[in-house]
Amino acid sequence: MTLREESRTVVEPERYELSAPSAYHFDSTRREFFKFLGAGILIVGSFKPAGAFQESGGGRKAASEDSLPKEIGAWLHIGEDGSITVFTGKAEVGQNIRTSLSQAVSEELKVPISRITMVMGDTQLCPFDMGTFGSRTTPIMNLQLRRVSAAARDTIIGIAAAEWKVDAKQLKAVDGKIVDTKTSRSAEYASLVKGQQIVQELPVEDPLIPPADWTVAGKSQSKVDGREFVTGKHRYPSDQRLPDMLYGKVVRPASFNATLVSVDLKEAAKLAGVAIVQDGNFIGVAAPSTTLAERAAGLVKAEWKSDPQPSNKELFEYLKKNELPAKDRGDSSVYAVGSTDKVLASVAHRLKKSYTVEYIAHAPLEPRAALASWSGDQLTVWTGTQRPFGVRSELAAAFRIPEENIRVQMPDTGSAYGGKHTGDAAIEAARLARAAKRPVKIVWTREEEFTWAYFRPAGLIEVTSAVDSDGKIIAWEFHNYNSGAAGIRTYYDIPNQKIEFHPTKTTLRQGSYRGLAATANHFARETHMDELAHQLNMDSLEFRLKNLKDERLRAVFEAGAKKFGWGRAKTARGQGFGMGGGYEKLGYVATFAEVSVDAKSGNVKITRIVTAFECGAIVNPQGLQNQVEGANIMGIGGALFEAVQFDNGRILNAHFSEYRVPRFRDIPPIETVMLDRKDLPPVGAGEAPIVGIAPAIGNAIFDATKTRLRALPLVPSGLGS
Amino acid sequence: MKLDINGKGFNVTAEPEASLLSVLREELDLTGTKYGCGEGQCGACTVLVDGIARRSCLTSVGSLQDKKIMTIEGLAKGEALHPLQQAFLEEDAMQCAYCTSGMIMSAVSLLSSKPAPSETEIVQFMQGNICRCGTHPRIVAAIRKAAKWLQAAHS
Repeated sequence: MTLREESRTVVEPERYELSAPSAYHFDSTRREFFKFLGAGILIVGSFKPAGAFQESGGGRKAASEDSLPKEIGAWLHIGEDGSITVFTGKAEVGQNIRTSLSQAVSEELKVPISRITMVMGDTQLCPFDMGTFGSRTTPIMNLQLRRVSAAARDTIIGIAAAEWKVDAKQLKAVDGKIVDTKTSRSAEYASLVKGQQIVQELPVEDPLIPPADWTVAGKSQSKVDGREFVTGKHRYPSDQRLPDMLYGKVVRPASFNATLVSVDLKEAAKLAGVAIVQDGNFIGVAAPSTTLAERAAGLVKAEWKSDPQPSNKELFEYLKKNELPAKDRGDSSVYAVGSTDKVLASVAHRLKKSYTVEYIAHAPLEPRAALASWSGDQLTVWTGTQRPFGVRSELAAAFRIPEENIRVQMPDTGSAYGGKHTGDAAIEAARLARAAKRPVKIVWTREEEFTWAYFRPAGLIEVTSAVDSDGKIIAWEFHNYNSGAAGIRTYYDIPNQKIEFHPTKTTLRQGSYRGLAATANHFARETHMDELAHQLNMDSLEFRLKNLKDERLRAVFEAGAKKFGWGRAKTARGQGFGMGGGYEKLGYVATFAEVSVDAKSGNVKITRIVTAFECGAIVNPQGLQNQVEGANIMGIGGALFEAVQFDNGRILNAHFSEYRVPRFRDIPPIETVMLDRKDLPPVGAGEAPIVGIAPAIGNAIFDATKTRLRALPLVPSGLGS
Repeated sequence: MKLDINGKGFNVTAEPEASLLSVLREELDLTGTKYGCGEGQCGACTVLVDGIARRSCLTSVGSLQDKKIMTIEGLAKGEALHPLQQAFLEEDAMQCAYCTSGMIMSAVSLLSSKPAPSETEIVQFMQGNICRCGTHPRIVAAIRKAAKWLQAAHS
């Protein structure tokens, strides 16, 4: 796959990731900009569609006098004091892009990281950004910022060359200074920028420093503002505060899809200092403390009604029976090559198996939170979201005000994992604040977070396959009901394939999640591969490599196997080895697991994990390793025990005591092999490393017990005796 | 009611049954202590009461008269970070870092009662603290590192 094709793949929005169309909303002028930032040099980066860089005509062009281009991805300002401020609509949710993007800027602009300020996720100050999802920050924004920074560096070199009347070619940028390599004359950026008001649009062709020559990027860099976090100083969305602020509480319906039959607000209204709102199905209160708000909400007498709703006992039957008619399918996809039906009908042995995944919750440790403040018809909201601009649109629609009246700010939030795409808390806080005529903060309780957020879609996957006597897969049919199309295509080389995503009616509110359906699809595919290998009496690794041409994927399987010691003899009873791997969001992963199954109790313990990962040139090795480890650990939860239990529109396990997430005792030693491909552009790593762990564990359990598990979670309460 | 927090006296107007977490965050604006579940299940709200880790969401302020409370804001001595804070930075023992305050406060309590804990003892003690980002191995490494520093300082 060429880089250009890859870029196109990565920007393709996924079914569950977007609810808002892509649009640009930029209307600042250069004059406004300098008023806000002070004089200096401003570099704006147009965000051309992937692959369009070469076709859009060469040369650098200055932006017209008073307008800036409409399609901007990021901008960078160098102040007269030499300070560097970078603006991007991306959001920091713990994936540490504040750090990796700072490295990108530092690398090209040749300034220390400490001098760079990243302004992120503020709809008033940052250029429009669709959202932080799909592992797009590194392949797209990192590249964008390197280009913007290179342009800034060259602009300053140009100023120095003109001032010193020398050839720009003999000038070099080093550590925040321009140095004349012939005369050793040098000047700080600040002294060269002083008095300038230059707006430079991103040149189309500006060479970037190749990864092999990186000195800042490519090296481990710990969280740039880590000190703020270990001292408790950083203010997350739920820590925001305004004078006179009230605390809000929503009175939730008794079940999903319920309508309000009657409501009695009299008792609640007797409490002093409490504002109460009832607007259609929305009932909420705001009070000077959370305790008082909870008391008031408890006094609201509301009666709800709803129709009977399914439970997770009949979940997979429900999904299979409730496929959407073709006209409502939206982006459903069918991929077919060869003549799968014919081949499968003609072979003597087919393997046909079904795999399932339950709904799971993101459970970000910081629940949804928002602080909203009105000034006339101007609304400001601080909230934890991966889509600040999307939340702005939601607020505009909810309150029927123009987007220009709304500013959404996104302080670095307490994680998201795809769970913070929507603006629920923002809308609730804003509705209460409008009624109370004071700022209102809402922080969802853990129970609300487990109930009223959305979930990773459950799914049923049916796989039918056939192999020849030589161990080559000759036909592959794969149907995914509901969980999604991410990672649905196979990377194994199979001449006859039919792969289809079937959207269905859903039983719970569902949406994005780290890796989306790629986890379910890899679980089904990589488990099925193991079943085929077993049927053929072939080694799992050998079978995979026999059917795999992709060099990058082969490389991670081979590197992981080497580190893991694949093929070695078992050393204990109940021990099992397994693997799972694949390709997702441009990253290549192979995960190997060792488990120990207690014959008596059926308890499964993961005793070792090895993951080999490759995502092009590595920007921040330490940060990458942290992501790979974290993805594996999060993946252990979905693999072994996480499942949302629900019945008739209610969640039955909405607490950490009932919904088990991985804890210290669940974590085995994790070894990470990172393949650094300095010849390839860097891509993201937040999602891909999560897809291998579930099949690796399931296959290891089979290796230990000869029990084949085809449902996630694999062992919610042990294998049983 | 008067509370001793991070060596300073605070007059608090909340009712005695109010949780320490709500008083810290809402009345005193000490937001380094986090809400994660309100049920003592996640450890994000951990503070020290007379040097011992306590879940502030389940601790009523009425029970804290004459006790010394320490939150994450009181751990560093001026600009000098506590060894655990420094070790968390060096080991990159955080991603979103929302659990970090609670992790560090729990670990302070652990090391004060057990200056040289084994890995198993660390895991056992930290079991009640949730990190959703999955930085557990780094947190264990940070605690071991800080324990070594503290022991070297005392020997």
